[in-house]
Amino acid sequence: MSRPPGRKQENNKISRELFVLTYGALVAQLCKDYEKDEDVNTCLERMGYGIGVRLIDDFLARSAVKKCHSYSQTADMIAQVAFKMYLGVTPSVSCSSAAGNEFSLILDKNPLVDFVEELPAERASLCYCNLLCGVIRGALEMVHLAAEVTFLQDRLKGDAVTEIGITFLRKPEERKHKR
Amino acid sequence: VGHAVLAINGAEVNGRFTADGKDVLEFLGNPANYPVSIRFGRHRLSSNEKLMLASMFHSLFAIGSQLSPEVGSSGIEMLETDTFKLHCFQTLTGIKFMVLADPRQAGIDALLRKIYEIYSDFALKNPFYSLEMPIRCELFDQNLKLALEVAEKAGPFGPGS
Repeated sequence: MSRPPGRKQENNKISRELFVLTYGALVAQLCKDYEKDEDVNTCLERMGYGIGVRLIDDFLARSAVKKCHSYSQTADMIAQVAFKMYLGVTPSVSCSSAAGNEFSLILDKNPLVDFVEELPAERASLCYCNLLCGVIRGALEMVHLAAEVTFLQDRLKGDAVTEIGITFLRKPEERKHKR
Repeated sequence: VGHAVLAINGAEVNGRFTADGKDVLEFLGNPANYPVSIRFGRHRLSSNEKLMLASMFHSLFAIGSQLSPEVGSSGIEMLETDTFKLHCFQTLTGIKFMVLADPRQAGIDALLRKIYEIYSDFALKNPFYSLEMPIRCELFDQNLKLALEVAEKAGPFGPGS
């Protein structure tokens, strides 16, 4: 949270319940607005993207991390630093392709679904946490890494674990044109 | 000698007039207004000049990082002249923060990082701010001003002296 300079560091944490409820309200409203699950998923992803492109600078400014030199380093950074910083959880990372550009993040705990047991029958293909996929995609794009981020498995849909897949799309080229 | 009056008794001065329309020379000429505190400094750049400076520097920066004999150069970090130093900090997202300062001023690196924090807080977290547009956020301006004041007061030895 932002810290105004010159003032004592106030405890800027807000309630986790409020956050989880807010996210739930967001998804519920989208479900009312859109009939098809795909539309809700797309909308969540797009919102997440808008958050990701802004969140990345906050992440870089606060964590003062150095540039990553490989996809694997980047995936580790996302799981071990970013997830920890923003959601308080640390997913485990594994590389799932020989080419070295596909990774999985396995989420043991996911605060967003604290109060959700399973999806209702009529919303069977809803990706409840699709916002997270958008956030990751947006953030990566701002550091010039194109990626596809989707939920490969979802506990809410009955799978054993919740797994987010990140596929980096292009080899990072020589940065010829810095923005 | 290239310096201009920036403020009188704390109120900012624009050219010959103060913010509330008083004529500076008139004010200074009237002994009834003494004692008066005057702040001098180099001319503030106009918005146009700032834009020109930024676009020119952006190109120089790109050329500089290409020409650099070091592989993977991070570009121009500092430009030093007799009268000023230009410090540049480029984030991993490609945003450049530039500070024009007195050559003897220390602590600019810390200031640049602080400005990055202020940007990520008050500009990026403002939902009504669109990326890549000029920043017209009150809170951003206020906090930036505070950070600059802290850095200026610290003087040639950096904050904490």
